[in-house]
Amino acid sequence: MKTERSGASEKAKASVRRRYAGAETVAADPKGVDSGPHFMDGDHALAEGALAAGCRFFAGYPITPSTEAAERFAERAPEVGALFIQMEDELASIAALIGAAWAGQKCMTVTCGPGFSLMVENLGLAAMTETPMVIANVQRGGPSTGLPTLTAQQDMMQAKYGPHGDNAIIALSPDSPQECFDLTVEAFNLSEFYRVPVIILTDETVGHMHEKVVIPPADQIKVIPRNNYSGPKEDCRPYKFDCQGGHPMVRAGDGYNFHITGLTHNEKGYPVMTAEQNVKVVTHLMEKINGNADEIVRLEEDQIDGAEVVVVSYGITSRIAVKAIQDARKEGIKVGSLRMITIWPFCEKRIREISAKVKAIVVPEINYGQMVLEVERNAGGRCKVISVNHCGGAVHDPQVILDAIRKASQ
Amino acid sequence: MSTDIEKFKAGSPMSSTLRMDRMPHIWCPGCGIGSEVNSFADAVKRSGIDPKKLVVVSGIGCTGRVAGYVNFDSIHTTHGRAIPVATGVKLANPELTVVVFSGEGDLSGIGGNHLIHAARRNMDIVVICNNNFTYGMTGGQVTPTTPGSAVASTTPYGNYEYPFSLPFLMDAAGATYIARWTSMHSRNVTQSIEEALLRKGFSFIEVVSPCPTLYLRRNRLGDGVDQLQNYQDNSILKHGCDTRETAVDFQGKIVVGKFVEKNKPTYLEAVDKCCVKLVGDDYQLYGKTIPEREAEEKAEKERVAARRVAMQAEEAAQGEAVSAKPKAPASRAAVKKAPAKTAKKAPAKVVKKAPAKTAKKAPAKAVAAPKAAKKAATKAKAKPVQKAAAKAKPAKKVVTKAPAKKATPKAVAKTKPAAKAAPKKTRK
Repeated sequence: MKTERSGASEKAKASVRRRYAGAETVAADPKGVDSGPHFMDGDHALAEGALAAGCRFFAGYPITPSTEAAERFAERAPEVGALFIQMEDELASIAALIGAAWAGQKCMTVTCGPGFSLMVENLGLAAMTETPMVIANVQRGGPSTGLPTLTAQQDMMQAKYGPHGDNAIIALSPDSPQECFDLTVEAFNLSEFYRVPVIILTDETVGHMHEKVVIPPADQIKVIPRNNYSGPKEDCRPYKFDCQGGHPMVRAGDGYNFHITGLTHNEKGYPVMTAEQNVKVVTHLMEKINGNADEIVRLEEDQIDGAEVVVVSYGITSRIAVKAIQDARKEGIKVGSLRMITIWPFCEKRIREISAKVKAIVVPEINYGQMVLEVERNAGGRCKVISVNHCGGAVHDPQVILDAIRKASQ
Repeated sequence: MSTDIEKFKAGSPMSSTLRMDRMPHIWCPGCGIGSEVNSFADAVKRSGIDPKKLVVVSGIGCTGRVAGYVNFDSIHTTHGRAIPVATGVKLANPELTVVVFSGEGDLSGIGGNHLIHAARRNMDIVVICNNNFTYGMTGGQVTPTTPGSAVASTTPYGNYEYPFSLPFLMDAAGATYIARWTSMHSRNVTQSIEEALLRKGFSFIEVVSPCPTLYLRRNRLGDGVDQLQNYQDNSILKHGCDTRETAVDFQGKIVVGKFVEKNKPTYLEAVDKCCVKLVGDDYQLYGKTIPEREAEEKAEKERVAARRVAMQAEEAAQGEAVSAKPKAPASRAAVKKAPAKTAKKAPAKVVKKAPAKTAKKAPAKAVAAPKAAKKAATKAKAKPVQKAAAKAKPAKKVVTKAPAKKATPKAVAKTKPAAKAAPKKTRK
């Protein structure tokens, strides 16, 4: 069973010239890098990661449990030469990022479910206009106001399918404050290269967990700088519909008189509202990300070769799963672990490979079963897929995951 | 036919400020947006600001399409979000001049929260609001400014909501420059936009304009030209007017003028003040200290002033050429004959394109004469003069035209309960 999107995907692969791995990087601006060991929570690490990556514009709106990131940025902004603005709501926060990005700044906002729901509107515009930005969603229990101070992983699908219409984004999921820092830098790099909103899907537990975070010296942090077009005016194109990343931005004030719109547009940015043009735009938006999944997807694997059961997890749940995996191995069950650092694009290829070799895949997550659907789809019936879901409010009891592993191995 | 269009595009005086490769535009004949865009393009030219440093942001709707036609950096955003996007642009690069050009439904309906907060922060942007009392793009629904009793597609039996008076709303929210004109006041619109482009702080310019296809047709108010006549008859010029008195009734009086102009630190100036206290004199924003930014700003101001002078000189030369033509005396005579005493007033009220119907009695076509008068006024530092004038004689009831107590049939319409009963005379 192959669900490969045949035509476009092959085309994208064949024509890849600009590779993420080969993108030009520079050392981080030391001004934004607070090097050294710290004891900080995940939210603060998000803000530090942004500053290290060269983000100098932050528009946010307070919402538990993400507020600490905004507070940290607001506190650090004057000394770093950055600007923080608390907007009137989340609709405005993300809208301001779109403006700031086209005016030349790297930018970020943080929020959680209720705020993310509001941001979804302009997340679509950002994806359509290929605007680089980073949005951290520190997930809390839902639906609606739900559990403001308690953890969840319930917005996994919303991150991808929130905006109306087809579009693809990148989403990363850190499992610790250290990774909140590291992945925020990575998120900025991905967003600059692919010109796409990158979402950091963390959760209340990681956001509020204090741990050791080591911020490396500035010269060891590699960042992709904003790539602004500087060629002749008549050749200036804000977009290139070739299913690739690496196309330069155009900056307001540089004299190119660019136009960008949420309408279906041509490479010049002008509205062209035809079915043919929509094919070009949507194919590009989707394949720019999905067609380059091999370059984007990052996974952490442990003892998958020879395993009969593989636990697929992400974020804080992966750290709970470790205990269950260790206990199961003590019982003699051959268990492997796959931790998804990249959530979207989904690691379709790897799941297909694994499903052909194992008895079962166990998917614990703090929701009613979201990413398990992707696992099931890609396992395609080749192995059992067991969902260990847990509605929001707390992390799993490792015993529940252990029970699932035992069941799976039989 | 197409070669005619090409010729027109090539020869248009607006070819540097409008995207001629996107013409023709989508607006209906008789719509007010086109003349507003003309005023805007003219104002940009006359102001002397660097067009490279100008960013135009629009929301959604008929007016939302403005961003697609102006030849500057332009962003067409989602519905209602033009102002926060503009906020992001301005804050990310304070050197840019940022203009939001959108409709009243976009700005005060779905985007109302952003509008009041940008005004509250005194964000340094210019907001031009085309107020045609209707959601045009979607087929003529009621908006937050639709006057009482007007028929819209979603108020088929007449509007029963209370409308916003936008100048009052903006005043309460803290806007530091507020003006209102109608589509008939093209030159005043140009002048207000020009002033707004050159000042710091949140500027709000409302332009009441006709939507012939939906609002006028549905309310049986004739076409765009009929509505310009209505503006002519019912506009009351009142600079410095208390914004509480600026409400607009159905086909009633429309108070126009510059209502508010005051100085207050902008959002960024307030940020700077706070941060410099905290960090010290070496405080930087995006790598530039305050003195560095101030020096750049001063240099830019000088360049703008130089461009203005050059522009005025060019205009003067053109003006002489125009007045040398035999046409000019005739139009001067027309002004004299015209009932309006406003012709003398600084930014003379002039209809740019003469509505054919009213040509015989309106001061239409009198372009050359007031232009010269205005030029003189500009030379004599028009702004302070005008401001002083507005303050000195509180301009109570400076009526633009003879008070229309004769209650035109259109005015009668407002007193009737349902617009259905409105006189049919307007449509020929």
